[in-house]
Amino acid sequence: MDIKPQKTTPKKSNPSVNNREFAVITYCFIGLFLCMMGYFAYFQVVKSEDFINNPYNTRQENFEKSVVRGKILSAQGEALAETKLNEQGEETRVYPYGNLFSHIIGYSSKAHGRSGVESWANFNLLRSNAFFLEKTVNKVTEEKSIGDNVVTTLDYTLQHAAYQALGSYQGAIVVMEPSTGRILAMVSKPDFDPNTIDADWDRIVADENEESLLLNRASSGLYPPGSTFKIVTALEFIRENPSGYADYNYHCSGSIQKDSSKLSCYSGEVHGGVDLRRSFVKSCNTSFANIGLSLNGDHFADTCKQLLFNQNLPVEKLDTSKSSFVLNGKSSTSEIMETSIGQGKTLVTPLHMLMITSAVANNGVLMKPHVIDFTENHDGGTVKTYAPSAYGNLMTEEEAAILQDYMKETADSGTASKLSGMSYQAYGKTGSAEFGTNKGDSHAWFTGYAHRDDKEDIAISVIVEKAGNGSAYAVPAAKQVFDAYFQ
Amino acid sequence: MSSIFCEASKYLMIIFFALYTWECFSVFKRKTKEHQNTIFRRQILLLFLLHLNGYMVLFDQTENPKIFIFYGAQAVFFIIVISSYKLLYEKSAQLLVNNMCMLMAIGFMIISRLSYEKSIKQFTIAVGSMILALGIPFLIQKISFIRKLTWLYAGAGLLALAVVAAIGAASYGAKISFSIAGVTIQPSEFVKIIFVFFVAGMLYQKRGFKQVAITTAVAAAHVIILVVSKDLGGALIFFVVYLVMLYVATGNPFYFIGGLGSGCVAAMIAYRLFSHVRVRVVAWQDPLSVIEKEGYQICQSLFAIGTGGWFGTGLNQGMPEKIPKVEQDVVFSAISEELGGIFALCLIMVCMSCFLMFLNIAMQLKDRFYKLVALGLGTTYGFQVFLTIGGVIKFIPSTGVTLPLVSYGGSSLLSTIIIFAIIQGFYILREREGKEHGYKTAKNNPKEK
Repeated sequence: MDIKPQKTTPKKSNPSVNNREFAVITYCFIGLFLCMMGYFAYFQVVKSEDFINNPYNTRQENFEKSVVRGKILSAQGEALAETKLNEQGEETRVYPYGNLFSHIIGYSSKAHGRSGVESWANFNLLRSNAFFLEKTVNKVTEEKSIGDNVVTTLDYTLQHAAYQALGSYQGAIVVMEPSTGRILAMVSKPDFDPNTIDADWDRIVADENEESLLLNRASSGLYPPGSTFKIVTALEFIRENPSGYADYNYHCSGSIQKDSSKLSCYSGEVHGGVDLRRSFVKSCNTSFANIGLSLNGDHFADTCKQLLFNQNLPVEKLDTSKSSFVLNGKSSTSEIMETSIGQGKTLVTPLHMLMITSAVANNGVLMKPHVIDFTENHDGGTVKTYAPSAYGNLMTEEEAAILQDYMKETADSGTASKLSGMSYQAYGKTGSAEFGTNKGDSHAWFTGYAHRDDKEDIAISVIVEKAGNGSAYAVPAAKQVFDAYFQ
Repeated sequence: MSSIFCEASKYLMIIFFALYTWECFSVFKRKTKEHQNTIFRRQILLLFLLHLNGYMVLFDQTENPKIFIFYGAQAVFFIIVISSYKLLYEKSAQLLVNNMCMLMAIGFMIISRLSYEKSIKQFTIAVGSMILALGIPFLIQKISFIRKLTWLYAGAGLLALAVVAAIGAASYGAKISFSIAGVTIQPSEFVKIIFVFFVAGMLYQKRGFKQVAITTAVAAAHVIILVVSKDLGGALIFFVVYLVMLYVATGNPFYFIGGLGSGCVAAMIAYRLFSHVRVRVVAWQDPLSVIEKEGYQICQSLFAIGTGGWFGTGLNQGMPEKIPKVEQDVVFSAISEELGGIFALCLIMVCMSCFLMFLNIAMQLKDRFYKLVALGLGTTYGFQVFLTIGGVIKFIPSTGVTLPLVSYGGSSLLSTIIIFAIIQGFYILREREGKEHGYKTAKNNPKEK
């Protein structure tokens, strides 16, 4: 670093001064600066996206002045949302499929903000990665550049099948590929038409208290899980009795009484002698209440924590609600019995139930659910890919294998037997979640997956509100989606 | 037309600055004076091109004719600064002069874009400071008793800090400034300089345990007053500068490592004791979770940097005014947003080249007192740059210090210009010494001055 070496005296001319310390300090600071520059580059390349997409970043609005909002596409390339220009150059956001994708794609409105993919990918849609010469020309001619397209993982066929399957009921269906976490369909009813969101706004908001039109029930609706929760209770029982769970035996007489609490099987059925597998397959409430009474409440709470209860779900770019599980070592008898069969204070979202099922299907490993696959510029050149990523193990491979077997039997000969004898092998668990004070009012649940060697597995969660039992209302809906997928 | 010009300027300015930065480092490889002078001339040219281009964009955007007159005044100012150093001090370090002008030019541009009035104020202070500082290199050579005023430095420094802590106006939770007749003065900016003189005066001859203990106690008093007055950034700078000077003066790495260790312990205690420390740490770890309050500034800063990307939005095309205190502590983010990430990285490198030059000069000096002063001032500068930039990009928790020469603020600008002038004085001294030694020390051992 010596600028004029010829003219200065040699460095160690003064013995009382050692320049070694100077070198140490210099290198320390060079190190600090280089780390800081490295972090700056890392922020620009990796982290900045998390920040600039934040709704507090008002700079996004600035982009609307120079960029035509990009399209949102299905995995097969159908435009789910696009901006059309009329002859005067005015922009309208058009949703060609109307209500079909209302919650997952959402809306983008000047007056009422954004939701769904329109909101999560707002910045991607407003950024143009068109060829730079084209952009420069646009800047010069003061034309708007065309924004990037966001390609989702959504499958039109499955979305349509799920939408039809739910019919006129309120509820939700969500479909995902367990091996990748790709969300293939997400339907929530009642729905709305994003094309006319501005005109309908007042009515939607007025109805909001009753029907919650804008709520995406699939990801944010909290429901009692009903018997689908027996997957979790069974898992906990296996964990507490790793060698003895198969020897479990119980005689079901149609109801169970402990202290002052009484609980019965669905519509008064009597299952007789059952083991754990048969309790699961027949969805025997009394047997599961009996199992629940034997469990360690604190350990149960740990298992539920591992299964992502009471915390934010590891989901990319989706707004989700936290599921809740409140049991612990001090809970009352009636609370333990209720909780073991999925009643009590436990609440889950259909998406969360789907994630637990997907982990079972994927041998214990949960892939993070995601709905945005990649972004591309308007010429189709890929800009950024959101690769599938694993969250981790929710359970061991052995535990998953046991639950797979139980769910298979349930679909073959148990409460979900409407799924038996198809070209694919189905796995699942039904549920009827009672709500409110009227005995018998219940939501129909199904969560499960299907396998055929020639295709990827798909997992599904169905909730049909106020329909009755899962076997009768939720299983047929799942069947329609499976049929559409494997046809 | 105007949009072509703005779009092209965006890239041109990055190119000008990148070339300038390259020259900052390539100059170290060139050994001959002629080569170096060519490089310095090229740097000056690039400086003026960048400056002109920036103001043309600003003029184009605002169509305020005053901008053009203002530009002219600045250009004349830079010409005078550069040529007066050449005329008065034949041996001056040209790279330092160039860097000083470049950093000020960038500061003027970005402050003009943020607030025309503030930029006029900043420019006025710059002119005054330069006039004041021009005599400093001369004084360095003439006044030899500066090393004997050790306790005066400590007394004045502690008094100034204590007075501010006692009566200073609260500015964003930190009591670091007070106003006299409408002029806000931030004394810690100047105490930094005399603190370095104090430590150098204490340690340049005696280095025994007792001497070190006394010096440490006084240094700790500085730091504690600053912590109490909630100026965490200032406290950290004093602390690190003292550790570095102590380590180099004694050559004892134990002091350095032990000092860092006790600093970490002190930081942990401060974290538990003071809520304003905890708040900064939370805002650093997860700013989005506290975006409505403590994390607001850092989030806005990151929005700016991220939205600007590598090439920036172009001058006057972004929204840096959304960031609170943008022209002071967060000016780096405004630069990154509008002039681009590449430009911002170059800015870090230019600051680094200033620091390297400071330490290089310190290394070449033979007088231990001067050597320690140069080291201390260099560390002050380098660490301050690290704190401010690291803070606004969320690399480290934000401590609210200014970016020397670039940020808006009179005290900071004046004190940094003084630091540059002192170092310049040492450089000139060294060049003279070198020459004398060249003639005289062929046989004799070099004597300490």
